[in-house]
Amino acid sequence: MSSTGRPLSPHLGIYRWQIQMVTSILHRATGIALAAGSLLLLAWLCALAAGPDAYAAVRGFCSSWIGIVLLIGWSWSLSYHLLNGIRHLLQDAGLGFAKPVFVRNGFIVVAGSIILTALIWACVLLQGGAA
Amino acid sequence: MSEFREPLKRARGLGSAKTGTQHFMVQRVTAVALIFLGAWFVYLTLGLLHADYASARATLAEPLNAVLAIALVIAVFWHAQLGVQVVLEDYVQRTAKQVVYQVLLRFACFFAGAAGVLAVLRIALGS
Repeated sequence: MSSTGRPLSPHLGIYRWQIQMVTSILHRATGIALAAGSLLLLAWLCALAAGPDAYAAVRGFCSSWIGIVLLIGWSWSLSYHLLNGIRHLLQDAGLGFAKPVFVRNGFIVVAGSIILTALIWACVLLQGGAA
Repeated sequence: MSEFREPLKRARGLGSAKTGTQHFMVQRVTAVALIFLGAWFVYLTLGLLHADYASARATLAEPLNAVLAIALVIAVFWHAQLGVQVVLEDYVQRTAKQVVYQVLLRFACFFAGAAGVLAVLRIALGS
């Protein structure tokens, strides 16, 4: 980076981590992850339209270990982005801006996303696994 | 050439061009739609976990499921385009690179959306 001699704004590294920035960063990160993950949705639909062989290939990928890891990541990303998205919509309506409420809702969203992900995979396990 | 006009004179009329809230509003409307469509899709895929090809296809071919799947595809790729657009605006320099990325993003999202809709139509219409 060229040195202009001007003062720089403080960067991420000097801030103490707090729930407000964690929820904001995670919302963007999970959004990017979901944009990439939506290609699996597309692959699934195209395979279903194409025929049994293509469908078997997509299912095979989804039940491979790398597929399961990706699906766990995407299901959590969806859970988090969904819950924090609802929080954002409530904030658009002017709700939840008092500092204690804002912090509390941040923790609720993070905990809720983990619970929701666990519920989804409990449904998978109750049906005898993903394979 | 020197500038004789006041800065305010130059700024007037170059504001929102009356579309200032469009990105915001479409992002919210697709978000609300995706609350319901996302929940439906998770429910659908959990139900199809051990379904064979024929029954999975037959389920998605049901008219209500096909319509919801088309709505899901459109909402997902529209919402993704709006979101990734802002990420690129924030992190990519405002050079030709920014323009190229923005155009590629729109091509990719439109292509994915069109491909998804066509896939659902083929499933629903059996061709």
